[in-house]
Amino acid sequence: IACLVMYLFAEFDDAANLLAANPDATTISIDEPAEIPKNQHSRLQEPGREEDDELLGTDDSDKTELLAGQKKSAPFWTFEYYQTFFDVDTYQVLDRIKGSVFPVPGKNFVRLYIRSNPDLYGPFWICATLVFTIAVSGNLSNFFIHLGKPTYHYVPEFRKVSIAATTIYAYAWLVPLALWGFLMWRNSKVMNIVSYSFLEIVCVYGYSLFIYIPTAILWIIPQKVVRWVLVVFSLCLSGSVLVMTFWPAVRDDNRRIAVATVATILLLHALLSVGCLAYFFDAPELDIPAPIIPAHNGTTVITKSH
Amino acid sequence: FPGLADVSISQDIPVEGEITVPVGSHSPDEDYSTLDEPVKDTIMRDLKAVGKKFVHVMYPRKSSALLRDWDLWGPLVLCVSLALMLQGGSADSKDDGGPQFAEVFVIIWFGAVVITLNSKLLGGTISFFQSLCVLGYCVLPLTVAMLVCRLVLLAGAGTISFIIRLIVVGAMFGWSTLASTAFLADSQPPNRKALVVYPIFLFYFVISWMILTFTPQ
Repeated sequence: IACLVMYLFAEFDDAANLLAANPDATTISIDEPAEIPKNQHSRLQEPGREEDDELLGTDDSDKTELLAGQKKSAPFWTFEYYQTFFDVDTYQVLDRIKGSVFPVPGKNFVRLYIRSNPDLYGPFWICATLVFTIAVSGNLSNFFIHLGKPTYHYVPEFRKVSIAATTIYAYAWLVPLALWGFLMWRNSKVMNIVSYSFLEIVCVYGYSLFIYIPTAILWIIPQKVVRWVLVVFSLCLSGSVLVMTFWPAVRDDNRRIAVATVATILLLHALLSVGCLAYFFDAPELDIPAPIIPAHNGTTVITKSH
Repeated sequence: FPGLADVSISQDIPVEGEITVPVGSHSPDEDYSTLDEPVKDTIMRDLKAVGKKFVHVMYPRKSSALLRDWDLWGPLVLCVSLALMLQGGSADSKDDGGPQFAEVFVIIWFGAVVITLNSKLLGGTISFFQSLCVLGYCVLPLTVAMLVCRLVLLAGAGTISFIIRLIVVGAMFGWSTLASTAFLADSQPPNRKALVVYPIFLFYFVISWMILTFTPQ
């Protein structure tokens, strides 16, 4: 039966055999969203177990191999196809969030947490939460900054929600698309050992945005120093997750291109964070009384500096 | 077949029953044709169904009325009244800052659709329109909160009125979330309940925020 299963697996996916024999080898995967992932069967067993070759196991595992192999190849116009991207439990989502906030040096986020089960739940709802958190925090922060001024009339600024939504969702989906295209193009020129599918890149980007949710809430504090310290801190954390994920994918390339890619990733990430701070949060006013300037008709004018 | 030789129907087991198939009492000719009833009855029947569901939302208990006989009249009425009450006042105030009618409409309906899709993708067994029905009906406490806020704002817009509004909106937000969770949580796989409840929490939080930050011109 093991031979039969091996043969059938050869039909499904060549790489599965290689991986079953040597689970630690990284694979060159030709990426398409509907490809059968190499270790889908780990989902059916204990979640924390290491992937090892189960092909030579019991009869039950043979059957689950076949079923698991067939499960993810539903045609893309069926509902079941999209259900495979939401195949996560609560603790898995929480683990992935934890992994994005506390990056373990040397460990790759994708290998450690995603393990060929990329989900769309995390990226989508983290982006939605971030959109509303930024809009609400920006509104609250402006309210507290301008409180007490006689000319200030509070407005909810609802327009900014749509702007925030466009920006964040564009960042979370278009930048991974561009990065994936770029990595595919480089893969055709230089054989990289590690490559990611589009959904895995979306996953990494989505989860790496989680740190900005508490950061946006803390940006309500109207101190410039505090805000910039938060920017740097959150950029370090989420940037390090991104760097540790993408450095293995580009390090075999030309050194200059590799460094340029990683630098661009970090630059775009920083741009998002600084841009949101600048647009949604008004600058806190400095209450330094300016020197009194005597006007030429004798009255004095006191100016306030921002 | 040698094994079947000793299988026989025992003599003392009575075999009885009716052969005639009873004519279904739901055949259209025998049904009370709703075409002949007075218009008042037609309207009252639907209104009573909607009213019954409102009561079920205000006192959430394990009942299947909301789920089994779903309708979207209640959500439509609630959504339209909430969106109307969130309008600032003067017709051509471009700098109102608050959400436009269309924005409230889109947020409520699009948000409900997205949450329903989310729960179905995570493996929920509830149907699409049943979930929309529950989410729409559970906006009722927040509509009541909006009414109360507008009344409080008529009296003044100071700090005390803000605190009252905050308490009322907060309480109604909690009520909405608990009511919809009570109806929807049972149809989810057990280890994904939190994944389904969180978007509902976010949805009602956004609506509560819109209500709380409403300032009349």
